Amino acid sequence: MAILNLERVGHQYGSPPRHVVALDDVSLRVESGELLAIMGPSGSGKSTLLHVAGGLERPTSGRIALSGHDLGSLSQAELSLVLRRRVGFVFQHVSLLASLTAAENVSLPLELDGIRPRSAMKSARELLSTLGLDEVADRLPGQMSGGQQQRVAIARALIGGRSLLLADEPTGSLDSLSGEAVMRLLRGQCDGGSAVVLVTHDSRHAAWADRVVYLRDGRLVDELGPPAGPESVLRRERV
Amino acid sequence: MSVRYSLLAILDSGPRHGYGLKSEFDAATGNVWPLNVGQVYSTLSRLERDGLVLSDEDGDGQKIYRISDDGRRELQRWYEIPVEREVVPRQELAIKLVFAMRSSPERVREVVQQQRKATMASLQEFTRLKAAADEDGDLAWLMMLDALIFQADAEGRWLELCEARMADADPRSGEPSPPDRDHSAEAVRQAVRER
Repeated sequence: MAILNLERVGHQYGSPPRHVVALDDVSLRVESGELLAIMGPSGSGKSTLLHVAGGLERPTSGRIALSGHDLGSLSQAELSLVLRRRVGFVFQHVSLLASLTAAENVSLPLELDGIRPRSAMKSARELLSTLGLDEVADRLPGQMSGGQQQRVAIARALIGGRSLLLADEPTGSLDSLSGEAVMRLLRGQCDGGSAVVLVTHDSRHAAWADRVVYLRDGRLVDELGPPAGPESVLRRERV
Repeated sequence: MSVRYSLLAILDSGPRHGYGLKSEFDAATGNVWPLNVGQVYSTLSRLERDGLVLSDEDGDGQKIYRISDDGRRELQRWYEIPVEREVVPRQELAIKLVFAMRSSPERVREVVQQQRKATMASLQEFTRLKAAADEDGDLAWLMMLDALIFQADAEGRWLELCEARMADADPRSGEPSPPDRDHSAEAVRQAVRER
């Protein structure tokens, strides 16, 4: 079963005749373990697609299913629950709470979900450790680099076993090396069975994806599948 | 090309046979620009003629090469002087695009789209190598891959700009074929209602 399934999704802002079509007949499946990159020029509907896929906005038409749950058929309360348990968001501008340490930031979603603070904190530390972020666990956001903050934000988005991560330009304000660290982390999550949908206008980061789709004027216009077989254009022979 | 200096650089870390130089060059650069053995020996004989490399025979009567003091100085100069950029590198893609432009806008779009896919496929390939490479911490190899990635990325950006320029010059050209989009969105809603 696909983790995320969009069937003929359309979305428009405003009503005719002064409306803007942001998404037009978009169908897309994301399987677990898959890293999907969405590319396209500004205003092509990339972010709208992410918002609609993650239930932040309801689409004007079409159907969206998260792990088999048809979002359109859920009540607002059910929808919130499904989203909170299964979907994490990461944005370009990191929004960690400045007065909380990395571990506290990461444990917060669990606490809000009713888990005891001590147990939430234990899970947060374990996750940070898995992601190679032990050293920043007790630091405040102001004491971390931009790249570290973004990786902590990704940890916060993943905590609680959420299996779908929707990332909107998560590397947009980072230097090349920090951006690469973020992409390595996302790639590692997918290799571990999660799914990531990444919106980016940077081909270097999209290249970490299994599949790249191109949006233009709200439509999917092109798709590039997983990289060709194991035959590499380059063969490395060790000295 | 930098074969000459690459061989000096390898010899700087110790004497080698001609064939050892070839395999070490190929390995260090990930076989991106594989050398042929003939090229290695002809370069070595020029280096020897210029006094930058010296040779002895090993126990098996094979020639073994080592760098001379002049060779070390020459190598040092190579590191110090920035690489000259070809002012206008001959790019097949740019040339293809120029002629496609004279043919028709459709042809340009075709070229751009095909190339964009190919470029992204290369980027994915290089990135996979990079993802696999990190563990062993071979920084030189990572930097080589970065160079290839940034070159492919530059080509991709340029293609994107070409596409945007085309769309800008002809407002309809960028559209995904115009039966009016509102109409098709309405058709989708209708289909959903029917279901």
